[in-house]
Amino acid sequence: MSSIEEFDVTIPSATAKGREIQEQIVGGMESRGYAPRDVFGVRLALEEALVNAIKHGNKMDPDKVVNVKWEIDAEHVRVVIEDQGEGFPIDDVPDPTDDENLDKPGGRGIMLMRSFMSVVEYNESGNRLTLEKRTDDEDGDEDDD
Amino acid sequence: MLMRNVLVAPFLLSLFELNWKCNMSAGHRRLDIEESGDVTIAKFVDKKILDEGNIQIIGNQLFSLVEDDGRSKIILDFSNVEYLSSAALGKLITMDKKVKAAKGKLRLCTVRPDIYEVFAITKLNKLFDMRDDLEQALEGM
Repeated sequence: MSSIEEFDVTIPSATAKGREIQEQIVGGMESRGYAPRDVFGVRLALEEALVNAIKHGNKMDPDKVVNVKWEIDAEHVRVVIEDQGEGFPIDDVPDPTDDENLDKPGGRGIMLMRSFMSVVEYNESGNRLTLEKRTDDEDGDEDDD
Repeated sequence: MLMRNVLVAPFLLSLFELNWKCNMSAGHRRLDIEESGDVTIAKFVDKKILDEGNIQIIGNQLFSLVEDDGRSKIILDFSNVEYLSSAALGKLITMDKKVKAAKGKLRLCTVRPDIYEVFAITKLNKLFDMRDDLEQALEGM
């Protein structure tokens, strides 16, 4: 059984800081031999999630922070991202693939997360997101809503 | 005083022009531009199109091809691109709208399988004209 490492980091509302976290997590995956497609998917999901937390959750407020906790071993990586925003109505996110939304410039982040991660779960208010990628999840699509 | 201003003005204008050119110089250039007849081929320089600030710059340089340079036949070459965020997709959508408004043509080419999957998941492979390689993208432009 591989050893599990855990991390707990708090960053300011700056996308560059989010990218540093992304590199740490992706680096941990690469050093543990995760498949390139899994690394690709997690990097993309983290980018979307961290930008959402900073831009939409904290509204780029320099007085607000984002907490990122993650654990990783050879079989899974689990990341919990919590912002200090008011959250959002998770069930009201429009489908970006509907005809009327297809040419809108935004609104695709959550869909991409759900496509590449094994688990994408928001808390009730929508300001805490759990992402998980398991190596035994072959198709990479989220199974649960 | 007037004579001094007359002498200084051209110098300041030269500095302005130099600054404008520097902003589009190698240090800030996110697109490699080539021409094939009347077709513009814009190849992304970056492997990772993720950073919001960088995406903003890329968007501005893309839009400038249409709005400032008046180019109407444009191919975007994704050979170098390994990662692409949804914010980058947004800029591409806006670019597509600008080219269509100018009655032009926009095609995307040489998109890696992982990146193509992002377009397919979001159904943007139906919105954009995507070709396997540059040769196919040039056909019938």
